[in-house]
Amino acid sequence: MNKIFLIIQREYLSRVKKRSFIVMTIIGPILMAAMIILPAYLADWSQATEKRIAVLDETGWFLEKFKDQENLTFYYVFGNLEDEKETALTVNGDLLLYIPKTELNIPVNSELYSVKQPGLNVTSYIKSVMKQLVENKKLLASGIDPEVIKSAKVNINLQTIKVDEGGIEKKSNTEVEVGLAIFSGILIYFFIFMFGVQVLKGVMEEKSNRIVEVIISSVKPFQLMLGKIFGVALVGLTQFLLWIILTLIIVGIFQSGALTDSNSAMEMLENSDVLKNAGKSGIDPMLMVNEVVGGINLKVMIFSFIFYFLGGYLLYSSLFAAIGGAIDHDTDSQQFMLPVSIPLIFAIALSGVIINQPDSSMAVWMSMIPFTSPITMMMRIPFGVPIWQIWTSMGLLVVGFVFTTWMAGKIYKTGILMYGQKVSYAIIWKWLTKKY
Amino acid sequence: MDNNIALQAIEVSKSYANHKALNKVSIEVPSQSIFGLLGPNGAGKTTLIRIINLISVMDEGKVLLNGQPISTKDIVNIGYLPEERGLYKKMKVGEQAVYLAQLKGMTKRDAMKQLKLWFDKFEIGSWWNKKVEELSKGMAQKVQFIVTVLHKPDLLIFDEPFSGFDPINVNLLKDEIIKLRENGSTIIFSTHNMASVEELCDNIALINNSETVLSGKIHEIKENHKSNIFEVAYKSQSELNLPHNSYSISGSKTIRDIHYSTIKMNNGSTSNELLQQIIPHVEVISFREILPSINDIFIKEVSK
Repeated sequence: MNKIFLIIQREYLSRVKKRSFIVMTIIGPILMAAMIILPAYLADWSQATEKRIAVLDETGWFLEKFKDQENLTFYYVFGNLEDEKETALTVNGDLLLYIPKTELNIPVNSELYSVKQPGLNVTSYIKSVMKQLVENKKLLASGIDPEVIKSAKVNINLQTIKVDEGGIEKKSNTEVEVGLAIFSGILIYFFIFMFGVQVLKGVMEEKSNRIVEVIISSVKPFQLMLGKIFGVALVGLTQFLLWIILTLIIVGIFQSGALTDSNSAMEMLENSDVLKNAGKSGIDPMLMVNEVVGGINLKVMIFSFIFYFLGGYLLYSSLFAAIGGAIDHDTDSQQFMLPVSIPLIFAIALSGVIINQPDSSMAVWMSMIPFTSPITMMMRIPFGVPIWQIWTSMGLLVVGFVFTTWMAGKIYKTGILMYGQKVSYAIIWKWLTKKY
Repeated sequence: MDNNIALQAIEVSKSYANHKALNKVSIEVPSQSIFGLLGPNGAGKTTLIRIINLISVMDEGKVLLNGQPISTKDIVNIGYLPEERGLYKKMKVGEQAVYLAQLKGMTKRDAMKQLKLWFDKFEIGSWWNKKVEELSKGMAQKVQFIVTVLHKPDLLIFDEPFSGFDPINVNLLKDEIIKLRENGSTIIFSTHNMASVEELCDNIALINNSETVLSGKIHEIKENHKSNIFEVAYKSQSELNLPHNSYSISGSKTIRDIHYSTIKMNNGSTSNELLQQIIPHVEVISFREILPSINDIFIKEVSK
């Protein structure tokens, strides 16, 4: 037993000390934090510079219609285009909006001159003002009061409420659930692949470096394989934990910075798509987040994420270890990697279907079969899964990885000593069935 | 101690999917001796060595270590240098040697102490913090040798130990192997280098086509295979001509006025009688019996 710990220790330390691990550990949280912070920060930034726009309106329709916005002021000019362009752009450093007279007398074309690319908020404001004005005039011309149209517009607010078996009602928001489902499914997929491949590479390295026979004269091949698998699993967990902690720290730093900038954290949250909708419908977004997340049961989420990550990883990495042991060259790995990873790819490919109907019999079956359950079950859990299904699926996953590890061990211990042999499925089958 | 058998393989058989690797192979390795395991490529040497190391499982037969069936607890008493050997390229030499020693059951402190001694002996102390990928093949082989013998095992198994070494290091290694025997270790080694077999081995076994074809003490084997051939070097105007039908000249050559003749003696006569026949005719410079080399015996036995 002591020897397994030695192997785990070596596998763990040699990976954690690698430059690529350190780089990944730093870049990961920066990217994740950027995903959270950047939208809010960018919106903030684009407003930071004061812009002035000179309006040259030949139609006369829009005089005084453009109202000054935050960081955006309008003024009106009446010269000819060339002169005004010169003054506005080169002398004053402003933008010039030119609305030419048209033959139909309905102004639909306009030109915005600027030295730098104007921001989206500028163009969309101009467009919306012009659109509204022209539409209103057209409506009036056909005898309809725009106020009537306005008052006829309504906002539909649909709140979905889940009723569980005990009859307790929970507000749910499908968008949050879909987001969580996709996020956790993809994360598991990504982790299984990333660290499964590390196991495969590690086994191949030992085989091609010819150190494997030196080691298995001291320990059993199965111990070496397990040591590697557990060592890499610890690397995965370490990286995962560091990512979460560092992301929280980075977001925390920026948030407190944003707060002193008199931008509340709320504003940042409002930039995420889901919450924007909530904001529009007049519900306090923070309140909503609490209610929805409370409805999902975070404890179950986190516990099952760690369980399915480890279970799925153990199942697949032992298969990857077997492949690494069986083959001689990198190039051979593809033909064996693909069939093994098909269930994973299948589960991801069907994620849309599963999220649409998380209780369909296909989704239930896929969340039971150990090869797809880590991804599919994680996608179903945010929508609520009967507890017996979770336990059954977890039990099957344990049975599954015990079986694959046992099988992989047999292939592995024969394969690692075979050099220069072209491996096929028939040969692997022989290794499995015959005692070596 | 001479008659003690350290390791005994009795009728060991092993077959793979499509061929029989070992067919009732038996060897006896006396303790504190050097045993040469010979045979052409693919004869089954490595399979036998792997079975002794408990890396492979035999189909039939027994392997006894000091009279007891070999088991996993004996692993710490065996040092094994495989033919396919290597080290982790990215790991530092010292760190790696300590790791491998720990896997053999040594404590970290003990491993460090012993490694320092060996590194000093081989004058490679400066490699401690180098990565293995920075070493040449021969340098890495030295580290591997140290790691194999570090835990002072009773039984040492070297599979092709000299491959990859230059002649200077081959001699260094030979000296170390002889020292290990003097210190009480039993050594099995497999090699294609017949000169080193003659030089080092007390006993040999020759495996061909999955079976033992020859085994025993090296000088006995040579005696049994000698074919009573003598070589005479002499000075004379003309080449030697022996009319006696007890002798036949099987070859002769002349180098710088000295003639060399190989004479096969037929049964019943002695070397003295042969000399008496020659002396009246020529001036004898040297006279020696030609014993077959292990190389000759190997080729003869394998091509049977």
